[in-house]
Amino acid sequence: MTEPVQSEPFLADRVDDDLIITLQSDWLIGTGVPDTARIKRDLKDSSAPRRMVFKDALGKWDSSLLTFLMNCQDLAAEQGIEFEDANLPDGARRLLTLARTVPPNKDAGKTEGTSGWVTRIGESVLSGWSGTWRFVEFLGETVLSLGRLMRGRAQLQWSQVGLIIQQSGPSALGIVALINFLVGMILAFVGAVQLIQFGAGIFVADLVAIATVREMGAIMTAIIISGRTGAAFAAELGTMTVNQEVDALKTFGISSVDFLVLPRVLALILMMPLLTVFADVIAIGGGMMVSVLALGLNPTEYLQRSIDSISLNGFLLGVFKGGLFGALVGTAGCYYGIQSGRDASAVGQATTSAVVAGITSIIVADGLLAVLTNILGI
Amino acid sequence: MTHGPSTEIKAVIRDLTMAFGSYVVMRDVHATIRKSEVFIIMGGSGCGKSTLLNHMIGLLRPAKGDILYEGKSIWGVDETERALMLRGFGVLFQGSALWSSMTLTENIALPLSEYTDLSPTEINGLARLKLAYVGLSGFEGYYPSEISGGMQKRAGLARALALDPDILFFDEPSSGLDPVSARNLDRLILELRDSLGTTLIVVSHDLESIFTIGDNSIFLDTQSKRMRAQGNPRELRDHSDDDAVRNFLTSGLA
Repeated sequence: MTEPVQSEPFLADRVDDDLIITLQSDWLIGTGVPDTARIKRDLKDSSAPRRMVFKDALGKWDSSLLTFLMNCQDLAAEQGIEFEDANLPDGARRLLTLARTVPPNKDAGKTEGTSGWVTRIGESVLSGWSGTWRFVEFLGETVLSLGRLMRGRAQLQWSQVGLIIQQSGPSALGIVALINFLVGMILAFVGAVQLIQFGAGIFVADLVAIATVREMGAIMTAIIISGRTGAAFAAELGTMTVNQEVDALKTFGISSVDFLVLPRVLALILMMPLLTVFADVIAIGGGMMVSVLALGLNPTEYLQRSIDSISLNGFLLGVFKGGLFGALVGTAGCYYGIQSGRDASAVGQATTSAVVAGITSIIVADGLLAVLTNILGI
Repeated sequence: MTHGPSTEIKAVIRDLTMAFGSYVVMRDVHATIRKSEVFIIMGGSGCGKSTLLNHMIGLLRPAKGDILYEGKSIWGVDETERALMLRGFGVLFQGSALWSSMTLTENIALPLSEYTDLSPTEINGLARLKLAYVGLSGFEGYYPSEISGGMQKRAGLARALALDPDILFFDEPSSGLDPVSARNLDRLILELRDSLGTTLIVVSHDLESIFTIGDNSIFLDTQSKRMRAQGNPRELRDHSDDDAVRNFLTSGLA
């Protein structure tokens, strides 16, 4: 028998048909889990042992020992040899038994086959298609729910609508004002640099007014609301899905679209036109500040030109866009929220998708409207 | 190497008052917890059991009083030292609190890779062992959302065991488990105590479990906002002269 060498955590000796593993000194996770490769070699030997026996010369031990023993036990089972645990410390033997009480679930093993690129393309097309289908379904439900609202049969609480209006409208005034004021200033600066060269500085007023009222006011406000309120909708509904609150509504026979989606979409459809008008006024104010302070234009003249240059159709178009963008942002936020998976990272994904889809749909819709208004001559 | 409750003192709760702002949850809680004992915090719903646990694991600061581990106050030391003390704790939260973006193995591996120099193979081996303890062999690569609530609970326990903690805290371990799993959990708790000498602090109102595993306990009372009893739960059931305590421990049948 070999004398225990303190540096080695275990020694493996062959005695007849037994592989005797002597465990010695301290086994603590701080110093690592000894490798079982050597034992594996011994077991694979041509004259393989029939039994694995242990000798206990242990000091302190913790999970490090048990991990090693479990690996040994697996090796023994693999090679079809006997695992003799009689000489192990009592506690270790009991914990090992405990770890083996429930046999490994064979079906649980994940099959993560790597599929070819053709398969992957096919799968993503299919999932894209079913995603589109789900979205159309959701849109349809929302429209039906709006129809129920018109007939006074929707299951929604007006107090909820009021609260959401408060959160998505008045509470957003500050950030909407700041951003649009700056955008108005930027437009005025960019325009002024060009127009001054032709001595047409006063046309800055036309530029800012028309650009803001037709396009920028609605777009900038919609983008802010998408990042602010659309994201909040997705996160809130996503968390409600995780907490089974949406399931609870279903079991009471309350339509989740009526109760959760409708108030939110409605609130944004109502608030966005108002926010757009507010944004228009603020942006023209920003443009005026630059024109008066930097270009030395007369404020009264500037205001007069601004008002003259805005057509009623242009103004109404901007307000209409506001309402449309509100519907898009609200629908995207609610859709991704309700579709969210049931854990924290899924809620994060839902929020990201909601904002991306919200902003994309705003820009696409604006592009389509630009073509349409051009054809109609508005 | 078998450990029973020893005479060595592991933790002391000293005149603890817990409050949220001016709202007092519980006054003058005091207890002594010995090494390798199963210490039960019991009481009716909403009496502040979980709040007491959150004070003990350093999540909430006491309004008054102190909590000492091996004579060292958890609130009397600086942030770095407190983090070091907390590393010796394992906590099983009521809702399992697994990190949802990681697989079960990764959940257990995170503390190991942060605080030890072990290689990935060694860490994997340890994670496999901890999952085997709680009967989840084969589910290593699963995400928490892919397994059932009871399994999540057990995986949460496996994670609490990751660093071979000195003290394990359980917030209602048997809630959401079937009777068989709940009893298996009790067995595991006793096994950890006996084999590794772990001290266990358990919030529970599962009477069967309390009588099976409890060595020592305190009873918190909502009405008086004070603790009403301390001692071995079986003895309290049979000999307590406080009606409220006996009523609780006999499910109101005596």
